[in-house]
Amino acid sequence: MSELNKVLATFQVNGEPHEVAFVPHKTLLEVLREEMALTGTKHGCELGECGTCTVQIGGMPVLSCLVLAVDAVGKDVRTVEGLAIGSDLAPLQDCMADLGGAQCGYCTPGVLMAADALLKDNTRPTRDEIKEALAGNLCRCTGYIKIFEAIELAAARMRGEDAEPSKESIYGS
Amino acid sequence: MVLDDPGLKHGAASPQARSDAPWQHDKNKDELEHIGKPIRKVDARSKVSGLTQYADDLTMPRMLHMKLLRSTMAHAELAHIDTSKAAEVPGVKGILTGKDMPMPFGILPVSQDEHALCPDHVRFVGDPIVAIAATEEEIAWDACRLVEVDYRELRTIGGVHEAAANEEPRLHDYGVRGNIHRLENLEFGDLADGFERADHIREDTFWFEGNTHLPLEQHASLAHFDKDGKLTIWSSTQTPHYLHRALARVLHPLPANRIRVIATPHGGGFGGKSDPFNHEICAAKMSMLTGRPVKVVLTREEVFWCHRGRHPVLMRSKIGVSKTGRITALDFHSFLDGGAYGSYGTASTFYTGALQTVTYAVENYHFRGARFFTNKAPCGPKRGHGTVQPRFALEVQLDKVACDLGIDPAKLRLDNLAPRESVTANYLRIGSMGLGACIEKVVEGSGWHERRGKKEVTKDGRIRGLGLACSSYLSGAGLPIYWNGMPHSGVQLQLDRSGLCTVFCGSTDIGQGSDSVLGWIVGEVLGINPLDIKVVTGDTDLTPVDLGSYSSRVTVMTGNAAMQAAERAREIVAKGVAKKIEVPASRLVFAEGRVFDAEDPETGMTFMEAVGIAEAQLGTIGTVGSYTPPKSAAKFRGGGVGPSPSYSYSATVVEVEVDPETGIYRVPKVWMAHDIGRALNPAIAMGQIEGSIYMGLGEAMMEEMAYRDRSHKGQRIFLHKIPSMLEYKSPSTLEMPDCVTYMIEDPDKNGPFGAKEVGQGPLLPIMPAVANAVFDAVDVRVDENPISCEKVFAAIQAKNEGKDARFGPALDATGIPDVDFGESLRIKTPWQGGDGTASNAPSRTKKAKK
Amino acid sequence: MLRLPKFAYHTPKDAVEAVRIAKQYGKEAMYVAGGTDLYPNMKRRHQTPQQVISLRDVPELHSMEVLPDGRLQIGAMVTLTTLEHYPHLLAHYKGFAHAVREISTPLLRNMGTIGGNLLLDTRCTYYDQSHEWRESIDYCMKKDGAICWVAPGSPRCWAVQSSDTVPVVCAMEAEIEFADEGGLRTLKADDLYQDDGIQYLTKKPEELLTKITLPAPGNWKASYLKLRRRDTYDFPVLGVGACLWFAEDGTIEKANVRLGGIGSYAMPATATEKLLVGKKLTDELIADAGAAAMKPARTMDNTDLDVYWRKKVAPIYVARALKACL
Ligand SMILES: Cc1cc2nc3c(=O)[nH]c(=O)nc-3n(C[C@H](O)[C@H](O)[C@H](O)COP(=O)(O)OP(=O)(O)OC[C@H]3O[C@@H](n4cnc5c(N)ncnc54)[C@H](O)[C@@H]3O)c2cc1C
Ligand code: SF4
Ligand code: FES
Ligand code: FES
Repeated sequence: MSELNKVLATFQVNGEPHEVAFVPHKTLLEVLREEMALTGTKHGCELGECGTCTVQIGGMPVLSCLVLAVDAVGKDVRTVEGLAIGSDLAPLQDCMADLGGAQCGYCTPGVLMAADALLKDNTRPTRDEIKEALAGNLCRCTGYIKIFEAIELAAARMRGEDAEPSKESIYGS
Repeated sequence: MVLDDPGLKHGAASPQARSDAPWQHDKNKDELEHIGKPIRKVDARSKVSGLTQYADDLTMPRMLHMKLLRSTMAHAELAHIDTSKAAEVPGVKGILTGKDMPMPFGILPVSQDEHALCPDHVRFVGDPIVAIAATEEEIAWDACRLVEVDYRELRTIGGVHEAAANEEPRLHDYGVRGNIHRLENLEFGDLADGFERADHIREDTFWFEGNTHLPLEQHASLAHFDKDGKLTIWSSTQTPHYLHRALARVLHPLPANRIRVIATPHGGGFGGKSDPFNHEICAAKMSMLTGRPVKVVLTREEVFWCHRGRHPVLMRSKIGVSKTGRITALDFHSFLDGGAYGSYGTASTFYTGALQTVTYAVENYHFRGARFFTNKAPCGPKRGHGTVQPRFALEVQLDKVACDLGIDPAKLRLDNLAPRESVTANYLRIGSMGLGACIEKVVEGSGWHERRGKKEVTKDGRIRGLGLACSSYLSGAGLPIYWNGMPHSGVQLQLDRSGLCTVFCGSTDIGQGSDSVLGWIVGEVLGINPLDIKVVTGDTDLTPVDLGSYSSRVTVMTGNAAMQAAERAREIVAKGVAKKIEVPASRLVFAEGRVFDAEDPETGMTFMEAVGIAEAQLGTIGTVGSYTPPKSAAKFRGGGVGPSPSYSYSATVVEVEVDPETGIYRVPKVWMAHDIGRALNPAIAMGQIEGSIYMGLGEAMMEEMAYRDRSHKGQRIFLHKIPSMLEYKSPSTLEMPDCVTYMIEDPDKNGPFGAKEVGQGPLLPIMPAVANAVFDAVDVRVDENPISCEKVFAAIQAKNEGKDARFGPALDATGIPDVDFGESLRIKTPWQGGDGTASNAPSRTKKAKK
Repeated sequence: MLRLPKFAYHTPKDAVEAVRIAKQYGKEAMYVAGGTDLYPNMKRRHQTPQQVISLRDVPELHSMEVLPDGRLQIGAMVTLTTLEHYPHLLAHYKGFAHAVREISTPLLRNMGTIGGNLLLDTRCTYYDQSHEWRESIDYCMKKDGAICWVAPGSPRCWAVQSSDTVPVVCAMEAEIEFADEGGLRTLKADDLYQDDGIQYLTKKPEELLTKITLPAPGNWKASYLKLRRRDTYDFPVLGVGACLWFAEDGTIEKANVRLGGIGSYAMPATATEKLLVGKKLTDELIADAGAAAMKPARTMDNTDLDVYWRKKVAPIYVARALKACL
C-alpha cells in the first residue's frame, strides 16, 4: 500500500463497526473526531504532550494524536463515549461527577480512559499507583485530587463496597 | 446530598445556616436544602460522558477552516504583503488582511490598540497578518506558507529595562511617553511620618517572571453569517459580552443587534480567554466574506501567542515597622512588562498596588506603578490578576521582617490584620474578614510551632522547611471595564406549568461551576431540585448581560441577581397559592419540590401545581433580577480598581524538602485555609481550592514565559522560547502534594447566602510560602518567582561563599530602572479625616510628543 | 490542529521487505515503530519522509528471549511498557529497567518501542519547534537553515542525545543488531553513536535495527540516574548511565560511565572511569569520581534548565549513580 488515495476501512469503536474513508496520513484522533463525529476525545497539543486525546486500543490507553488511523483498523478501540452502559454512567463516571473531578471537563475523557484501564488491571490501586497511571494526563483545573478521590471511590464501589468519600474531601479538615 | 446518588450524605448544614442569620433568605425554612451540600454540578453528567460540546466539537455543513499567518519578526513595519500565490491554491475560499478590518479594538476603552490583522506594524512574533480560509485546514495552512511578507525590521524592545531606556522606536503612539504605557502614583497618608515612626525599615527588590494560563483547550471559534444577514459566533470566550462589543465595533456597520455571541463550554480559561481575540473577529469577518461558516482552532503555539497571562513584574518594596512588628508605612513600586498591547494592562497596573492594604492594616501607603510596552505576547489577567506578584513580594518581605525582629511570622501577620468592617488607607471597604481564623488553622494543622526551623533531614538527605503566607482577593471588580450605569449581572427566570424553571444569564461557565451556582441558588429559593432546573447561559441573543467570568465576580454577582429573580418568582407563586389554599403568603414554605403551609405542612401542593395555579391567576410567569456592586468609597482617579463587594482571605503553610547539594526541592504537603464566606457547594469549592494550590505550585516551581533572546551578525531573534505543553512545564500528578484544606465560613452580607470568592484567592499565598519554606530549610532567600532549583542552588552557593545568601534583582539601577513617576496624587486616609478624594491634582505626567 | 504532512505508508510483512522498501526510496524513506518520536517531528515538519515504513507487522522484531548463555535479547518493536513489566528484566537488569521506566509517560510507553528509543532523534530547543517557530529564527543547521543558534560560530550541530536507555546500554556494552540487504551485523552500543547532532548515528538510513542484546547477569552492576524538571514527560537534561564490573573482593575491574543529555552522544566520563578502576567503591572514591565528571559535562543552552547549573550538578549526579551500583 503506497498511494495517497483514501482508504476505506471498518473500525470497531466501542463495539460498533464504523466504515469510513480517509487518507492514510490521518491520525486516529482526526478520524474519530472528524470522520466518525466522536468528538468526546479531545486534543490539547497533538504532539503527545498532554494526554487529552487518550483512548484505549485493545484495552491499552494510548494517545490517539500519535496513532495512525490505519493502524487501529481491526482493533478494539474504546473512547469515552463507550464508557456508559446505555444511559447509566459507569461507576468511575459517577464518582467523577459526584466529586467534581471534572471542572472544565476537557481533560476528563482522557483521564477516564487512562483510569478505566488502570481499574481493569488493578481493583485496589493505591494513591501512588493512581498518580503513576495518570502521569501522562495533564489537568489544569482540579489539582488532580478530586480525580484521585473519584478513582479510589469508584474502585471501592466496583469491588462491591458501600463506599463514600471521606468527609475531609468534601468539607475540608 | 447528591441528588441522583443517595450515597453521598454528609453532615447537616453548617451552623451559619440557621434562620436567624441575616443572609438566610427564607425565614420559614429552618435549614438550607441545597446550599452547602455537595450536589453534583448541573453539567457534570455530560462532562463525564464526553458529550459536552466545546467550540472545536461543532461543525456545520459547508464549513471552511481558517488559519492565521503570523509575524515571524518581533518588531517590524509591514512594507508589503502579497497574497496572490495563496489565492491560487485550489480550495482557498477567502483571504483577509489588515486593510479589511481597519478599526482597532481592545478590551479596555482606554487601550483600543489591537487590530484583527496588523495593517502595517507587527509587535511580536505571533502577531497575525493574514487570515486564509479553505475547504480543509491543511490547505489553509499550506496557502499561508505562500504569502509573501516584506518586513522592515525595527529595533526590538525586549523587557522593562530596554523599554525604560529606549523611547524609540515606540510600539504605540499613545501612552505616557516612549514605551511607557501607564504610570500611576498614589500616596495615601503621610509616608514620611510613617517611616519616621518606624523602628525598623527594610527595602527589598523582587522579580516575578511572567507565566501563562495553559488551558487544555486551545482557543476555538465557529462563525456563521447566515442568510438572514445575522452573524453568530460560537467561541471559547470567558466574556461573550465584551466580545460582542468588539465585534460590533470592528464589523461596523453590522449592527450589534445582528451579532450573536454564544460562549461554548470552556476547556479552561483562567483569564486567558477574557479578551476579544483576533481569530474571533477574523472568523466572523471571513464568514461574512465567504457566506459560509468558518471555523478556527488555534494550535498550542498560537495559544501562547494569545497569552494575556501574568505580567512579568519587577518590584521594590520599602516597609517600616514598629518594634512589635506593626506596619507603619509601605512604599511600593512595580514595573510591569506589558508585552505588545494594552489588554487589561491598565487594570493590571493598578492591581499591583491595590490589595496590599486588604490583608494587613497599612497606615501610610505609597504606590507607584509603571507598565511598559515590549515586543512580547501581550500580558493580561491570569488567576489573581495583578495582585499575585505584589503578594509574593509583600509576603516574602514580611517573612524577612519577622526574621529581623525575631517574631514568629504567623504572629507578625496576626498582629497586623486589617480589621473587619473597615475602610483601608486606599478606601477599600472590607466586610467579613476571616484571615485570623485561616492563619490559626494552618498553623495548628501543620504543627508550625513545633516543626518550623527544625531542619529535619529526610532519608534521602533533604532538608525540610515550612513557609507561611497569606492573601486576599476580590469577589468581583466593583466597576465594569467600560463606563456605564447598568447592572453588572442580569438574570431572567421563566416558570413553566410543567414545573420547569429556566434560568437565563449571560455568565459563562469556565469549569468553575457558575452554571451550577445559578441552579443551586434558584433551587434553594424555590425549594426545587437544582438538577431539575434548566440553565441557559452565555448567549447574547437569549440571556441578559453578565459581564463575564473574570475577577471572581460570578458567584457573588450572578448569585445575587439570581436570588433576586428567584425571590420575585417565589412571591408571584406564593401569591397564587395563598389565594388558593387560603393561607397568608408569608406563611408559605418552598421546599422539597412543594409549596406548603409552615404551620400545617400537609396543606400544600407540588411546585408544579403551584406554578399552574399562579399562572392561571396571574398569567405567564417570568421575573428578572440584577446586581450592581455597592458604590466605592474611593473617589480619586485610579480608585476604580480594587473595590469589590467583599474580599476572600487565604492562609497557607507549605512544606518543602530541599536537596542542599542541587537546590532541587519537592513539596510533599500543603495546608490551606480559605475564608470563603460560605461554601455554596463544599465539594466544588474544595475543587477550586485544590486547583488553586496546583496552579500556584506550578508558578512557584516551574512555570515561566521564557523568551529566547539571541543575536548573530546583526540579526536578533526574540520570541517565546518554549511554546509547547512539553517545555512550558506544568505540574503533573506526580508533583501534586497532599493537601489539607480548611474552609472558613465567615459569611459576608454582600454575598448570596454569605458567599465570597474561592476560584483565585488560594493561589496567591502559595508562591511566597514556597519561598519562605525554602528559607526555613536552607537559609537562603529566592526573591524571584519561579523559585526554580537553579536559583535555590545559586543562593546556596552564594551563602557557601560567604556572600549574600540570596537570589534576586539588585537594589541599584541595574535591578530597578530609573523612571520619573512625576508628582503623586495625594489622598488623606480615612483616619486622617479624608473623604476619598485627592487633595491635589497633579497635571498628568507629561505627554509624549507625537 | 497540528496534522501530519502527506506520506505513503508501507506495512512490510518481514524484515527483508522492509529493508528493500527502505533501500528503494533512499533518503525519502523512514522507518516507524511506535511513532512517538517520528510523528511529532513530522507534524512540526522537521522530519519529512514521503515514505513511511511501519515495522508493526514484522514479526521477528517483536520477540524477547533469554539466550542459552544468559544474555537477554529484545526485539526492536518490544514496547517500553512490556519491558517495564518483564520480570526477568526487573530481577536482573535493574539499572536498565529503571531507565525504561523513566521514559516519558505511561501512555507514551504503551506506544514507544525500545528500537525507537535507541534511535531517538537528537533534541534541541531551537529544533523541536513548529515550522512557524523555526521560520522566525530563519531555521538552523539541523533542518533547513545555515547556522547553529546554540553556537553560532560552530560548524556543527550540538543537538542533544536525549534517550534514557542509550547511556545505560552503552555503559553496559550491550550489542545492537542491524539488518540490511547484505544481511545482519552487530555493533557494540557505543559504536552506533557519534558526536554530531545531525549525523548522530553511524548506521546507514536503510539499516533496520532488529534487536538489542543485553549482557548476561554477572559480576557487574548498572545504574541510571536522570535529571529533569518533572518526574514524568520530560526528556533527560542529564542522564548518567554507569556500569561497574567487580572482582570477588569488590575491587572495580572495569568502569563505564556515560553522560546523556549533555552532548550529541552518550559521552564517556573517561577521567571518572580511570579513577574507579582498581579500587573499591568507597564514599570518598565516589565523591572524587563524581567530581572528575565536571569537565566532560559540556552543557549547552539548548535544553530545559540552566546550562551553568546543569554543569554544576553533573558531578553530583554521577556520584549518586555510582552509589546506586553499590
Ligand atoms: C512528550 C514526550 C516525552 C518523551 N519523553 C521521553 C523521555 O523522557 N525519554 C526518552 O528516552 N524518550 C522520550 N520520548 C521519546 C519517545 O517516546 C521514546 O524515545 C520512544 O521510545 C521512541 O520509540 P518509538 O517506537 O515511538 O519511535 P519512533 O518514533 O517510531 O522512531 C524513532 C526513530 O527511530 C527510527 N526507528 C524506529 N525503529 C527502528 C528500527 N527498528 N530500525 C531502524 N529505525 C528505526 C525511526 O525512523 C525514527 O527515526 C518522549 C516523547 C514524547 C512525545
Ligand atoms: S544545536 Fe544548533 S544546529 Fe543543532 S538543532 Fe540546535 S540550533 Fe540547530
Ligand atoms: S493531544 Fe496532547 S497528547 Fe494527544
Ligand atoms: S478539568 Fe479542566 S483540565 Fe482537567
